[in-house]
Amino acid sequence: MTRRAVADREDVLGVLMLAPSLAYVILLVGVPFFLAILLSFSNATAGSLRFEWAGFGNYGAILGDPIFQRALRNSVVVTVGSQALVVVLATAAAQVFRATFRGKRFARFILLLPWAVPVSLAAIAWTWIFDSTFSVINWTLKAAGLLHGWLYWLGDPALALVAIIIVQAWRILPFATVIVLAGLASIPQEIVEAAIVDGAGFWRRLFQVELPLLLPVVTVAVLFGVVYTATDLGVVYILTGGGPANTTHVLPTLAFQRGILGADLGQGAAIAVFLLPFLIVVAVAMLRLARRAEVGAR
Amino acid sequence: MKRVALYAAALGFMVFAGFPFYWMLVTTFKQNRDLYVGASDVSHIPWIFNDPPTLDHVRLLFGETEFPRWVLNTLIVVVAVVVITVAVAVPAGYSLARLAGRWGERMGMGIFFTYLIPPTLLFVPFSRLVALLGLHNSLGALILIYPTMTIPFCTWLVMGFLRSVPWEIEEQAMIDGYSRLAVILRVAPRLIVPGILTVVVFTFTLVMQEFVYALTFISSVEKMTISLGVPIALVRGDVYHWGSLMAAALFTSIPLAIVYNLFIDRFIQGFTMGAVKG
Repeated sequence: MTRRAVADREDVLGVLMLAPSLAYVILLVGVPFFLAILLSFSNATAGSLRFEWAGFGNYGAILGDPIFQRALRNSVVVTVGSQALVVVLATAAAQVFRATFRGKRFARFILLLPWAVPVSLAAIAWTWIFDSTFSVINWTLKAAGLLHGWLYWLGDPALALVAIIIVQAWRILPFATVIVLAGLASIPQEIVEAAIVDGAGFWRRLFQVELPLLLPVVTVAVLFGVVYTATDLGVVYILTGGGPANTTHVLPTLAFQRGILGADLGQGAAIAVFLLPFLIVVAVAMLRLARRAEVGAR
Repeated sequence: MKRVALYAAALGFMVFAGFPFYWMLVTTFKQNRDLYVGASDVSHIPWIFNDPPTLDHVRLLFGETEFPRWVLNTLIVVVAVVVITVAVAVPAGYSLARLAGRWGERMGMGIFFTYLIPPTLLFVPFSRLVALLGLHNSLGALILIYPTMTIPFCTWLVMGFLRSVPWEIEEQAMIDGYSRLAVILRVAPRLIVPGILTVVVFTFTLVMQEFVYALTFISSVEKMTISLGVPIALVRGDVYHWGSLMAAALFTSIPLAIVYNLFIDRFIQGFTMGAVKG
Protein backbone atom coordinates (compact mmCIF):
# COMPACT_ATOMS: atom_id res chain seq x y z
CA MET A 1 0.00 0.00 0.00
CA THR A 2 2.81 2.43 0.89
CA ARG A 3 4.48 1.84 -2.46
CA ARG A 4 1.32 2.76 -4.21
CA ALA A 5 1.05 5.82 -1.99
CA VAL A 6 4.53 7.02 -2.90
CA ALA A 7 3.80 6.41 -6.57
CA ASP A 8 0.91 8.86 -6.26
CA ARG A 9 2.66 11.52 -4.22
CA GLU A 10 3.17 14.35 -6.69
CA ASP A 11 5.43 16.33 -4.37
CA VAL A 12 7.80 13.39 -3.77
CA LEU A 13 7.95 12.49 -7.48
CA GLY A 14 8.40 16.12 -8.40
CA VAL A 15 11.39 16.55 -6.10
CA LEU A 16 12.98 13.27 -7.19
CA MET A 17 12.72 14.12 -10.87
CA LEU A 18 14.00 17.64 -10.40
CA ALA A 19 16.86 16.72 -8.06
CA PRO A 20 19.50 15.63 -10.64
CA SER A 21 19.03 18.79 -12.70
CA LEU A 22 19.16 20.98 -9.62
CA ALA A 23 22.22 19.14 -8.29
CA TYR A 24 24.05 19.59 -11.59
CA VAL A 25 23.26 23.28 -11.74
CA ILE A 26 24.17 23.93 -8.11
CA LEU A 27 27.36 21.85 -8.02
CA LEU A 28 28.73 22.69 -11.45
CA VAL A 29 27.42 26.19 -12.07
CA GLY A 30 26.57 27.69 -8.68
CA VAL A 31 29.63 26.50 -6.75
CA PRO A 32 32.14 27.34 -9.53
CA PHE A 33 30.47 30.74 -9.87
CA PHE A 34 31.21 31.58 -6.22
CA LEU A 35 34.61 29.95 -6.52
CA ALA A 36 35.35 32.32 -9.42
CA ILE A 37 34.59 35.29 -7.20
CA LEU A 38 36.53 33.77 -4.29
CA LEU A 39 39.56 33.06 -6.47
CA SER A 40 39.60 36.66 -7.63
CA PHE A 41 40.43 37.62 -4.02
CA SER A 42 43.26 35.08 -3.76
CA ASN A 43 46.77 34.59 -5.03
CA ALA A 44 46.00 31.11 -6.44
CA THR A 45 48.15 29.78 -9.26
CA ALA A 46 47.61 26.77 -11.49
CA GLY A 47 50.76 25.08 -10.24
CA SER A 48 49.91 24.51 -6.60
CA LEU A 49 46.76 23.80 -4.64
CA ARG A 50 47.56 26.25 -1.86
CA PHE A 51 46.30 29.75 -2.02
CA GLU A 52 46.02 32.66 0.34
CA TRP A 53 43.69 35.58 0.74
CA ALA A 54 44.95 38.48 -1.30
CA GLY A 55 42.22 41.00 -0.54
CA PHE A 56 41.78 43.47 -3.36
CA GLY A 57 45.33 42.88 -4.55
CA ASN A 58 44.30 41.42 -7.90
CA TYR A 59 41.78 44.18 -8.49
CA GLY A 60 44.34 46.85 -7.65
CA ALA A 61 46.83 45.27 -10.03
CA ILE A 62 44.47 44.98 -13.00
CA LEU A 63 42.81 48.38 -12.55
CA GLY A 64 46.23 50.02 -12.78
CA ASP A 65 47.15 47.94 -15.83
CA PRO A 66 46.74 49.79 -19.16
CA ILE A 67 46.22 46.49 -21.00
CA PHE A 68 43.24 45.71 -18.76
CA GLN A 69 41.82 49.23 -19.14
CA ARG A 70 42.04 48.84 -22.87
CA ALA A 71 40.41 45.38 -22.76
CA LEU A 72 37.52 46.70 -20.67
CA ARG A 73 37.02 49.58 -23.08
CA ASN A 74 37.21 47.20 -26.07
CA SER A 75 34.60 44.92 -24.50
CA VAL A 76 32.18 47.84 -24.14
CA VAL A 77 32.92 49.21 -27.62
CA VAL A 78 32.56 45.83 -29.33
CA THR A 79 29.37 44.93 -27.45
CA VAL A 80 27.64 48.28 -27.94
CA GLY A 81 28.87 48.69 -31.51
CA SER A 82 27.88 45.25 -32.72
CA GLN A 83 24.50 45.26 -30.97
CA ALA A 84 23.60 48.71 -32.30
CA LEU A 85 24.35 47.37 -35.77
CA VAL A 86 22.34 44.23 -35.06
CA VAL A 87 19.22 46.11 -33.89
CA VAL A 88 19.05 48.20 -37.04
CA LEU A 89 19.88 45.34 -39.42
CA ALA A 90 17.60 42.81 -37.69
CA THR A 91 14.61 45.16 -37.73
CA ALA A 92 15.21 45.80 -41.42
CA ALA A 93 15.78 42.13 -42.22
CA ALA A 94 12.59 41.16 -40.39
CA GLN A 95 10.62 43.60 -42.55
CA VAL A 96 12.08 41.90 -45.64
CA PHE A 97 11.60 38.32 -44.49
CA ARG A 98 8.02 38.75 -43.29
CA ALA A 99 7.02 39.38 -46.90
CA THR A 100 6.46 36.44 -49.22
CA PHE A 101 8.69 36.22 -52.24
CA ARG A 102 10.13 33.62 -54.58
CA GLY A 103 13.11 31.76 -53.18
CA LYS A 104 12.35 32.84 -49.61
CA ARG A 105 13.12 29.43 -48.13
CA PHE A 106 16.55 29.44 -49.70
CA ALA A 107 17.14 33.05 -48.66
CA ARG A 108 16.23 32.16 -45.08
CA PHE A 109 18.59 29.18 -45.15
CA ILE A 110 21.45 31.48 -46.18
CA LEU A 111 20.50 34.11 -43.61
CA LEU A 112 20.65 31.52 -40.82
CA LEU A 113 24.08 30.13 -41.77
CA PRO A 114 26.17 32.42 -39.54
CA TRP A 115 24.28 31.28 -36.47
CA ALA A 116 24.69 27.58 -37.25
CA VAL A 117 28.42 27.58 -37.91
CA PRO A 118 30.66 27.09 -34.84
CA VAL A 119 32.11 30.41 -33.67
CA SER A 120 35.68 29.20 -33.95
CA LEU A 121 35.23 28.03 -37.56
CA ALA A 122 33.50 31.26 -38.55
CA ALA A 123 36.34 33.19 -36.93
CA ILE A 124 39.00 31.26 -38.86
CA ALA A 125 37.10 31.89 -42.11
CA TRP A 126 37.02 35.60 -41.34
CA THR A 127 40.73 35.50 -40.49
CA TRP A 128 41.28 34.29 -44.04
CA ILE A 129 38.92 36.95 -45.42
CA PHE A 130 40.88 39.65 -43.55
CA ASP A 131 44.29 38.17 -44.47
CA SER A 132 47.00 40.80 -44.83
CA THR A 133 48.09 39.60 -48.28
CA PHE A 134 45.08 37.78 -49.74
CA SER A 135 42.11 39.73 -48.31
CA VAL A 136 39.25 39.39 -50.78
CA ILE A 137 37.74 42.56 -49.29
CA ASN A 138 40.82 44.54 -50.24
CA TRP A 139 40.77 43.06 -53.74
CA THR A 140 37.12 43.96 -54.22
CA LEU A 141 37.59 47.51 -52.93
CA LYS A 142 40.64 47.94 -55.16
CA ALA A 143 38.92 46.48 -58.21
CA ALA A 144 35.99 48.86 -57.61
CA GLY A 145 38.45 51.75 -57.43
CA LEU A 146 37.50 52.57 -53.84
CA LEU A 147 40.82 51.66 -52.23
CA HIS A 148 44.16 53.14 -53.22
CA GLY A 149 46.40 52.24 -50.29
CA TRP A 150 46.08 48.97 -48.39
CA LEU A 151 43.99 47.89 -45.39
CA TYR A 152 45.83 45.78 -42.81
CA TRP A 153 42.59 44.62 -41.22
CA LEU A 154 44.01 42.64 -38.32
CA GLY A 155 47.32 44.46 -38.07
CA ASP A 156 45.96 47.91 -37.24
CA PRO A 157 44.37 48.34 -33.77
CA ALA A 158 41.44 50.49 -34.93
CA LEU A 159 40.71 48.44 -38.06
CA ALA A 160 40.98 45.21 -36.04
CA LEU A 161 38.26 46.47 -33.69
CA VAL A 162 36.09 47.28 -36.71
CA ALA A 163 36.71 43.76 -38.01
CA ILE A 164 35.75 42.26 -34.64
CA ILE A 165 32.53 44.33 -34.52
CA ILE A 166 31.64 43.22 -38.07
CA VAL A 167 32.14 39.54 -37.22
CA GLN A 168 30.15 39.77 -33.97
CA ALA A 169 27.28 41.58 -35.71
CA TRP A 170 27.41 39.05 -38.55
CA ARG A 171 27.08 36.06 -36.26
CA ILE A 172 24.31 37.52 -34.01
CA LEU A 173 22.19 38.97 -36.84
CA PRO A 174 20.36 35.74 -37.82
CA PHE A 175 19.39 35.06 -34.22
CA ALA A 176 18.08 38.61 -33.69
CA THR A 177 16.23 38.60 -37.01
CA VAL A 178 14.43 35.37 -36.23
CA ILE A 179 13.40 36.64 -32.79
CA VAL A 180 12.07 39.91 -34.23
CA LEU A 181 10.20 37.91 -36.89
CA ALA A 182 8.59 35.84 -34.16
CA GLY A 183 7.56 39.10 -32.51
CA LEU A 184 6.09 40.49 -35.74
CA ALA A 185 4.06 37.34 -36.22
CA SER A 186 2.53 37.75 -32.78
CA ILE A 187 1.28 41.32 -33.34
CA PRO A 188 -2.51 41.09 -33.60
CA GLN A 189 -3.54 41.56 -37.22
CA GLU A 190 -6.46 43.82 -36.22
CA ILE A 191 -4.12 46.48 -34.90
CA VAL A 192 -2.15 46.62 -38.13
CA GLU A 193 -5.35 46.62 -40.21
CA ALA A 194 -6.82 49.38 -38.08
CA ALA A 195 -3.71 51.44 -38.74
CA ILE A 196 -4.04 50.84 -42.48
CA VAL A 197 -7.73 51.79 -42.40
CA ASP A 198 -6.78 54.95 -40.56
CA GLY A 199 -4.48 55.77 -43.44
CA ALA A 200 -1.06 55.09 -41.91
CA GLY A 201 1.65 54.49 -44.51
CA PHE A 202 4.49 51.96 -44.29
CA TRP A 203 6.89 54.15 -42.25
CA ARG A 204 4.21 55.50 -39.94
CA ARG A 205 2.98 51.95 -39.33
CA LEU A 206 6.52 50.76 -38.70
CA PHE A 207 7.58 53.47 -36.26
CA GLN A 208 4.31 54.29 -34.48
CA VAL A 209 2.49 50.97 -34.41
CA GLU A 210 4.83 48.03 -34.87
CA LEU A 211 8.09 49.08 -33.28
CA PRO A 212 6.51 50.04 -29.94
CA LEU A 213 4.75 46.66 -29.87
CA LEU A 214 8.00 44.96 -30.85
CA LEU A 215 10.02 46.59 -28.10
CA PRO A 216 9.90 43.64 -25.66
CA VAL A 217 11.02 41.21 -28.36
CA VAL A 218 13.78 43.45 -29.66
CA THR A 219 14.93 43.81 -26.06
CA VAL A 220 15.17 40.04 -25.68
CA ALA A 221 17.21 39.83 -28.88
CA VAL A 222 19.56 42.56 -27.69
CA LEU A 223 19.95 41.03 -24.22
CA PHE A 224 21.01 37.67 -25.61
CA GLY A 225 23.20 39.49 -28.12
CA VAL A 226 24.93 41.36 -25.29
CA VAL A 227 25.59 38.13 -23.40
CA TYR A 228 26.87 36.35 -26.50
CA THR A 229 29.13 39.21 -27.54
CA ALA A 230 30.49 40.45 -24.20
CA THR A 231 31.34 36.95 -22.99
CA ASP A 232 32.69 35.60 -26.29
CA LEU A 233 36.28 34.44 -26.38
CA GLY A 234 36.55 32.71 -29.76
CA VAL A 235 36.22 35.59 -32.22
CA VAL A 236 38.96 37.79 -30.73
CA TYR A 237 41.17 34.86 -29.71
CA ILE A 238 41.27 33.51 -33.26
CA LEU A 239 41.02 36.75 -35.24
CA THR A 240 43.74 38.77 -33.47
CA GLY A 241 44.81 36.86 -30.37
CA GLY A 242 44.52 40.22 -28.58
CA GLY A 243 47.17 41.74 -30.80
CA PRO A 244 48.76 43.73 -32.24
CA ALA A 245 50.65 44.51 -29.02
CA ASN A 246 47.70 43.67 -26.71
CA THR A 247 45.54 46.43 -28.19
CA THR A 248 42.49 44.34 -29.12
CA HIS A 249 42.03 42.21 -26.04
CA VAL A 250 38.53 41.93 -24.60
CA LEU A 251 37.83 40.75 -21.05
CA PRO A 252 37.50 37.03 -21.88
CA THR A 253 40.70 36.83 -23.93
CA LEU A 254 42.70 38.72 -21.31
CA ALA A 255 41.27 36.55 -18.52
CA PHE A 256 42.29 33.50 -20.54
CA GLN A 257 45.78 34.82 -21.20
CA ARG A 258 46.45 35.71 -17.57
CA GLY A 259 44.46 32.99 -15.81
CA ILE A 260 45.02 29.92 -17.97
CA LEU A 261 48.09 30.55 -20.15
CA GLY A 262 49.83 32.67 -17.48
CA ALA A 263 48.63 30.33 -14.69
CA ASP A 264 47.69 33.33 -12.49
CA LEU A 265 44.22 32.07 -11.51
CA GLY A 266 43.58 34.96 -9.11
CA GLN A 267 44.11 37.66 -11.68
CA GLY A 268 42.31 35.71 -14.42
CA ALA A 269 39.29 35.34 -12.15
CA ALA A 270 39.35 39.04 -11.24
CA ILE A 271 39.32 40.04 -14.91
CA ALA A 272 36.45 37.66 -15.66
CA VAL A 273 34.46 39.12 -12.74
CA PHE A 274 34.22 42.35 -14.72
CA LEU A 275 31.82 40.49 -17.02
CA LEU A 276 29.31 40.46 -14.18
CA PRO A 277 27.97 44.01 -14.70
CA PHE A 278 27.03 43.04 -18.28
CA LEU A 279 25.27 39.92 -17.03
CA ILE A 280 23.48 41.61 -14.13
CA VAL A 281 22.03 44.29 -16.39
CA VAL A 282 20.80 41.57 -18.73
CA ALA A 283 19.34 39.41 -15.94
CA VAL A 284 17.45 42.32 -14.34
CA ALA A 285 16.04 43.44 -17.68
CA MET A 286 14.93 39.88 -18.45
CA LEU A 287 13.19 39.50 -15.11
CA ARG A 288 11.31 42.76 -15.68
CA LEU A 289 10.24 41.64 -19.13
CA ALA A 290 9.11 38.29 -17.81
CA ARG A 291 7.08 39.96 -15.06
CA ARG A 292 5.48 42.32 -17.59
CA ALA A 293 4.58 39.34 -19.76
CA GLU A 294 3.05 37.59 -16.75
CA VAL A 295 0.95 40.63 -15.89
CA GLY A 296 -0.02 41.05 -19.53
CA ALA A 297 -1.14 37.45 -19.79
CA ARG A 298 -3.72 37.84 -17.06
CA MET B 1 9.03 48.87 -58.01
CA LYS B 2 8.35 47.79 -54.46
CA ARG B 3 9.13 44.20 -55.45
CA VAL B 4 12.49 45.26 -56.83
CA ALA B 5 13.40 46.96 -53.55
CA LEU B 6 12.31 43.87 -51.64
CA TYR B 7 14.46 41.53 -53.74
CA ALA B 8 17.40 43.91 -53.57
CA ALA B 9 17.19 44.06 -49.78
CA ALA B 10 16.83 40.28 -49.48
CA LEU B 11 19.82 39.83 -51.76
CA GLY B 12 21.84 42.29 -49.69
CA PHE B 13 21.20 40.35 -46.49
CA MET B 14 21.99 37.07 -48.24
CA VAL B 15 25.33 38.41 -49.48
CA PHE B 16 26.27 39.74 -46.01
CA ALA B 17 25.31 36.49 -44.26
CA GLY B 18 26.43 34.06 -46.93
CA PHE B 19 29.60 35.43 -48.49
CA PRO B 20 32.01 33.87 -45.92
CA PHE B 21 30.48 30.50 -46.83
CA TYR B 22 30.87 31.16 -50.53
CA TRP B 23 34.48 32.07 -49.77
CA MET B 24 34.93 28.78 -47.87
CA LEU B 25 33.51 26.91 -50.85
CA VAL B 26 35.75 28.62 -53.39
CA THR B 27 38.86 28.26 -51.20
CA THR B 28 38.19 24.57 -50.56
CA PHE B 29 38.30 23.60 -54.22
CA LYS B 30 40.85 26.03 -55.64
CA GLN B 31 44.32 25.04 -56.76
CA ASN B 32 47.11 26.68 -54.77
CA ARG B 33 48.42 28.73 -57.69
CA ASP B 34 44.90 30.12 -58.16
CA LEU B 35 44.46 30.63 -54.40
CA TYR B 36 47.64 32.37 -53.40
CA VAL B 37 47.69 35.36 -55.71
CA GLY B 38 48.11 38.60 -53.76
CA ALA B 39 44.98 40.72 -53.54
CA SER B 40 46.87 43.70 -54.95
CA ASP B 41 46.83 42.01 -58.38
CA VAL B 42 43.55 43.47 -59.64
CA SER B 43 43.64 41.50 -62.91
CA HIS B 44 43.28 38.15 -61.11
CA ILE B 45 39.68 37.75 -59.97
CA PRO B 46 39.60 35.80 -56.66
CA TRP B 47 35.81 35.26 -56.63
CA ILE B 48 35.86 32.66 -59.42
CA PHE B 49 37.83 29.56 -60.43
CA ASN B 50 40.58 30.76 -62.77
CA ASP B 51 42.02 27.24 -62.89
CA PRO B 52 40.02 23.98 -62.80
CA PRO B 53 38.83 23.02 -59.28
CA THR B 54 40.78 20.39 -57.33
CA LEU B 55 40.15 17.92 -54.51
CA ASP B 56 43.71 18.20 -53.18
CA HIS B 57 42.78 20.15 -50.04
CA VAL B 58 39.97 17.75 -49.19
CA ARG B 59 42.29 14.79 -49.66
CA LEU B 60 44.89 16.43 -47.42
CA LEU B 61 42.27 17.15 -44.74
CA PHE B 62 40.96 13.59 -44.54
CA GLY B 63 44.18 11.76 -45.34
CA GLU B 64 47.03 13.61 -43.70
CA THR B 65 45.60 15.57 -40.79
CA GLU B 66 43.99 14.62 -37.49
CA PHE B 67 40.60 15.82 -38.76
CA PRO B 68 38.97 12.35 -38.88
CA ARG B 69 40.11 11.84 -35.30
CA TRP B 70 38.53 15.13 -34.24
CA VAL B 71 35.26 14.14 -35.90
CA LEU B 72 35.31 10.89 -33.90
CA ASN B 73 36.13 12.73 -30.64
CA THR B 74 33.31 15.19 -31.27
CA LEU B 75 30.83 12.38 -31.88
CA ILE B 76 31.87 10.61 -28.67
CA VAL B 77 31.31 13.80 -26.68
CA VAL B 78 28.01 14.48 -28.47
CA VAL B 79 26.62 11.04 -27.64
CA ALA B 80 27.70 11.17 -23.98
CA VAL B 81 26.41 14.70 -23.41
CA VAL B 82 23.11 13.92 -25.17
CA VAL B 83 22.59 10.92 -22.89
CA ILE B 84 23.33 12.93 -19.74
CA THR B 85 21.22 15.89 -20.84
CA VAL B 86 18.18 13.83 -21.78
CA ALA B 87 18.41 11.77 -18.59
CA VAL B 88 18.63 14.87 -16.38
CA ALA B 89 16.73 17.65 -18.16
CA VAL B 90 13.67 15.78 -19.43
CA PRO B 91 12.49 14.53 -15.99
CA ALA B 92 13.25 17.96 -14.55
CA GLY B 93 11.19 19.70 -17.23
CA TYR B 94 8.31 17.30 -16.61
CA SER B 95 8.53 17.88 -12.89
CA LEU B 96 8.40 21.66 -13.31
CA ALA B 97 5.53 21.59 -15.78
CA ARG B 98 3.31 18.93 -14.23
CA LEU B 99 4.27 18.22 -10.62
CA ALA B 100 5.71 21.37 -9.11
CA GLY B 101 2.53 23.41 -9.05
CA ARG B 102 2.81 27.15 -8.64
CA TRP B 103 6.53 27.40 -7.99
CA GLY B 104 7.38 25.42 -11.16
CA GLU B 105 7.57 28.50 -13.37
CA ARG B 106 9.77 30.45 -10.93
CA MET B 107 12.07 27.49 -10.38
CA GLY B 108 12.31 26.91 -14.13
CA MET B 109 13.27 30.52 -14.68
CA GLY B 110 15.89 30.25 -11.94
CA ILE B 111 17.44 27.24 -13.66
CA PHE B 112 17.21 28.95 -17.04
CA PHE B 113 19.09 31.98 -15.73
CA THR B 114 22.15 29.87 -15.01
CA TYR B 115 22.34 29.45 -18.80
CA LEU B 116 23.37 33.11 -18.89
CA ILE B 117 26.47 32.50 -16.75
CA PRO B 118 29.11 32.20 -19.45
CA PRO B 119 32.00 29.75 -19.83
CA THR B 120 34.38 32.70 -19.83
CA LEU B 121 33.45 33.44 -16.22
CA LEU B 122 33.68 29.82 -15.11
CA PHE B 123 36.75 28.53 -16.93
CA VAL B 124 39.14 29.67 -14.21
CA PRO B 125 37.57 27.65 -11.35
CA PHE B 126 36.85 24.78 -13.75
CA SER B 127 40.50 24.55 -14.76
CA ARG B 128 41.26 23.96 -11.07
CA LEU B 129 38.40 21.49 -10.63
CA VAL B 130 39.26 19.51 -13.76
CA ALA B 131 42.88 19.22 -12.64
CA LEU B 132 41.76 18.02 -9.20
CA LEU B 133 39.59 15.32 -10.76
CA GLY B 134 42.47 14.18 -12.95
CA LEU B 135 40.45 14.97 -16.07
CA HIS B 136 42.86 17.43 -17.62
CA ASN B 137 43.40 16.84 -21.33
CA SER B 138 40.67 14.21 -21.55
CA LEU B 139 37.31 14.10 -23.27
CA GLY B 140 35.89 13.25 -19.84
CA ALA B 141 36.33 16.89 -18.83
CA LEU B 142 34.14 18.02 -21.73
CA ILE B 143 31.56 15.31 -21.02
CA LEU B 144 31.36 16.44 -17.40
CA ILE B 145 31.24 20.19 -18.06
CA TYR B 146 29.14 20.56 -21.25
CA PRO B 147 25.90 19.51 -19.52
CA THR B 148 26.22 22.66 -17.38
CA MET B 149 25.29 24.53 -20.56
CA THR B 150 22.72 22.11 -21.98
CA ILE B 151 20.77 21.15 -18.85
CA PRO B 152 19.49 24.65 -17.91
CA PHE B 153 18.28 25.48 -21.41
CA CYS B 154 16.85 22.03 -22.07
CA THR B 155 15.01 21.85 -18.74
CA TRP B 156 13.38 25.13 -19.71
CA LEU B 157 12.63 23.87 -23.24
CA VAL B 158 10.96 20.69 -22.01
CA MET B 159 8.93 22.60 -19.44
CA GLY B 160 7.71 25.02 -22.10
CA PHE B 161 7.01 22.18 -24.50
CA LEU B 162 4.88 20.27 -21.99
CA ARG B 163 2.82 23.39 -21.33
CA SER B 164 1.59 23.09 -24.89
CA VAL B 165 0.70 19.39 -24.53
CA PRO B 166 -2.87 18.92 -23.24
CA TRP B 167 -3.08 17.42 -19.79
CA GLU B 168 -6.18 15.31 -20.68
CA ILE B 169 -4.31 12.25 -21.95
CA GLU B 170 -2.41 11.82 -18.71
CA GLU B 171 -5.53 12.64 -16.69
CA GLN B 172 -7.52 9.97 -18.54
CA ALA B 173 -4.76 7.41 -17.83
CA MET B 174 -5.06 8.19 -14.12
CA ILE B 175 -8.83 7.84 -14.25
CA ASP B 176 -8.22 4.46 -15.90
CA GLY B 177 -6.33 3.39 -12.80
CA TYR B 178 -2.70 4.22 -13.55
CA SER B 179 -0.70 5.53 -10.60
CA ARG B 180 0.97 8.91 -11.02
CA LEU B 181 4.32 7.14 -11.41
CA ALA B 182 2.92 4.77 -14.02
CA VAL B 183 1.65 7.74 -16.02
CA ILE B 184 5.13 9.23 -15.94
CA LEU B 185 6.81 5.98 -16.98
CA ARG B 186 4.33 4.67 -19.57
CA VAL B 187 2.22 7.53 -20.89
CA ALA B 188 4.36 10.67 -20.66
CA PRO B 189 7.37 9.47 -22.70
CA ARG B 190 5.25 9.15 -25.85
CA LEU B 191 3.93 12.66 -25.37
CA ILE B 192 7.39 14.18 -24.85
CA VAL B 193 9.12 12.63 -27.90
CA PRO B 194 9.14 15.87 -29.95
CA GLY B 195 10.46 17.73 -26.91
CA ILE B 196 13.23 15.15 -26.46
CA LEU B 197 14.13 15.49 -30.13
CA THR B 198 14.58 19.24 -29.66
CA VAL B 199 16.78 18.58 -26.64
CA VAL B 200 18.95 16.17 -28.65
CA VAL B 201 19.33 18.63 -31.50
CA PHE B 202 20.12 21.56 -29.20
CA THR B 203 22.75 19.49 -27.40
CA PHE B 204 24.26 18.31 -30.67
CA THR B 205 24.62 21.84 -32.01
CA LEU B 206 26.00 23.19 -28.74
CA VAL B 207 28.68 20.50 -28.47
CA MET B 208 29.65 21.02 -32.12
CA GLN B 209 30.02 24.75 -31.50
CA GLU B 210 31.69 24.90 -28.08
CA PHE B 211 35.20 26.33 -28.10
CA VAL B 212 36.06 27.91 -24.72
CA TYR B 213 36.07 24.85 -22.48
CA ALA B 214 37.73 22.72 -25.15
CA LEU B 215 40.50 25.31 -25.43
CA THR B 216 40.89 25.40 -21.65
CA PHE B 217 40.94 21.67 -20.93
CA ILE B 218 42.38 19.97 -24.01
CA SER B 219 46.03 20.40 -24.87
CA SER B 220 47.07 17.47 -27.05
CA VAL B 221 46.12 17.38 -30.70
CA GLU B 222 44.72 13.83 -30.72
CA LYS B 223 42.18 14.69 -27.99
CA MET B 224 40.74 17.74 -29.72
CA THR B 225 37.21 18.26 -31.02
CA ILE B 226 36.45 19.74 -34.45
CA SER B 227 35.76 23.28 -33.26
CA LEU B 228 39.06 23.36 -31.36
CA GLY B 229 41.34 21.36 -33.64
CA VAL B 230 40.51 23.10 -36.90
CA PRO B 231 41.40 26.67 -35.90
CA ILE B 232 44.18 25.73 -33.43
CA ALA B 233 45.96 22.65 -34.74
CA LEU B 234 45.37 22.57 -38.49
CA VAL B 235 48.39 24.79 -38.93
CA ARG B 236 51.63 23.14 -39.97
CA GLY B 237 54.59 24.95 -38.55
CA ASP B 238 53.65 28.51 -39.29
CA VAL B 239 51.87 27.73 -42.53
CA TYR B 240 48.11 27.93 -42.70
CA HIS B 241 46.67 25.43 -45.17
CA TRP B 242 43.74 27.62 -46.08
CA GLY B 243 42.27 25.15 -48.56
CA SER B 244 42.03 22.36 -45.98
CA LEU B 245 40.99 24.78 -43.22
CA MET B 246 38.06 26.07 -45.25
CA ALA B 247 37.15 22.54 -46.29
CA ALA B 248 36.89 21.57 -42.61
CA ALA B 249 34.81 24.67 -41.82
CA LEU B 250 32.53 23.99 -44.78
CA PHE B 251 31.93 20.29 -44.08
CA THR B 252 31.19 21.01 -40.43
CA SER B 253 28.81 23.86 -41.20
CA ILE B 254 26.59 21.99 -43.64
CA PRO B 255 24.99 19.46 -41.24
CA LEU B 256 24.59 22.15 -38.58
CA ALA B 257 22.93 24.53 -41.03
CA ILE B 258 20.42 21.88 -42.11
CA VAL B 259 19.57 20.95 -38.53
CA TYR B 260 19.20 24.61 -37.54
CA ASN B 261 16.79 25.23 -40.36
CA LEU B 262 14.53 22.46 -39.16
CA PHE B 263 14.55 23.31 -35.46
CA ILE B 264 14.93 27.07 -35.37
CA ASP B 265 11.34 27.79 -34.33
CA ARG B 266 11.53 25.47 -31.32
CA PHE B 267 14.77 27.06 -30.12
CA ILE B 268 13.29 30.52 -30.53
CA GLN B 269 10.31 29.62 -28.36
CA GLY B 270 12.81 28.85 -25.62
CA PHE B 271 14.64 32.15 -26.01
CA THR B 272 11.68 34.48 -26.21
CA MET B 273 10.04 33.11 -23.03
CA GLY B 274 6.96 35.18 -22.26
CA ALA B 275 7.90 38.14 -24.42
CA VAL B 276 6.19 36.65 -27.47
CA LYS B 277 2.72 35.31 -27.06
CA GLY B 278 0.78 33.25 -29.53
